Amino acid sequence: MKRIIAILLTVAVGIFIFTGLYGEDSDFKAFGEKNISDTVANSYVDKNVDADRESPESGSANVVTSIVVNYRSLDTLGEVTVLFVSALGVALLGGFLKEKVTFSVKPGFILKNGMKIISGIILITGIYIFIHGHLSPGGGFPGGAMIGSSFLLMYLSDEEFKTKITAFKIMEGTAGSLILIIGLAGLSIGGYFLYNFLPNGNVGDLISAGIVPILYVLVGLKVGSEISNLLGNFLNGEVE
Amino acid sequence: MIEVVEIIVGALMLLFAVLAIESKKLINSVIYMSLMSLLSVVSFIIMKAPDVGITEAVIGSGLVTFLFVITLTQIKKTGDTK
Repeated sequence: MKRIIAILLTVAVGIFIFTGLYGEDSDFKAFGEKNISDTVANSYVDKNVDADRESPESGSANVVTSIVVNYRSLDTLGEVTVLFVSALGVALLGGFLKEKVTFSVKPGFILKNGMKIISGIILITGIYIFIHGHLSPGGGFPGGAMIGSSFLLMYLSDEEFKTKITAFKIMEGTAGSLILIIGLAGLSIGGYFLYNFLPNGNVGDLISAGIVPILYVLVGLKVGSEISNLLGNFLNGEVE
Repeated sequence: MIEVVEIIVGALMLLFAVLAIESKKLINSVIYMSLMSLLSVVSFIIMKAPDVGITEAVIGSGLVTFLFVITLTQIKKTGDTK
């Protein structure tokens, strides 16, 4: 009886959402049929939001990056702060675990040797993704998480593996401080926090889009070292 | 052609979502959820959102699955004295 009520409720909510999205007078057009020429999004795509400036826009080829790291930089700083707070929480609570996480299955031959081949490739792909964050899809957060997953593979395949945790802490702190210093430099030069004060260059070049690639490399390094540090705290139990 | 792929991916996602809820063992639920995230990556790529797709591939089907599996292996049954 309970299951039938649950199914009926789910179907009713589904019909409600479907008619709301695809009804006659709905604003949600089918995929590819929405006319964006009269919406705010058009200004972002055409890069003419701030037309009074000498070099109006950041010139990053990836529209998502130009919104995330240029127009809405402060939100990205907030996201980095959220990740930092959660890593801090794991580091503080990790002391209560007291013992190292052990697995009932020992790492086998295939895992150990496959790790040697694949972890380097994952690491390089992560670094590529955040360096090219302003040109191609991806950016600091996915790149950093990819670096973290590469270190996760090393932790899983070798029980004695222990990264230099102090090195990660120094890297994380330096990257975080540099983001704030760049933001304050923008405040003193342009009048806004995280103002894009460097020249834009040509759209599509590796060195273009002002401070966007610098910020994304710093965010990537910070997220990568933070996640690696977090996994180390999580798996190793007590922090010395 | 692309519509067929979309329909297959959507149907498989629904199937795995139901399986993740209904399976008796928790570890199977985690693996079905990981498969669902992996299929949603395909669907994000079809909908031309590669940024979201990369993030979902790394975090949704990689790190979250790891977190759940590690937590499940560390849980000990206590109070189960009967």
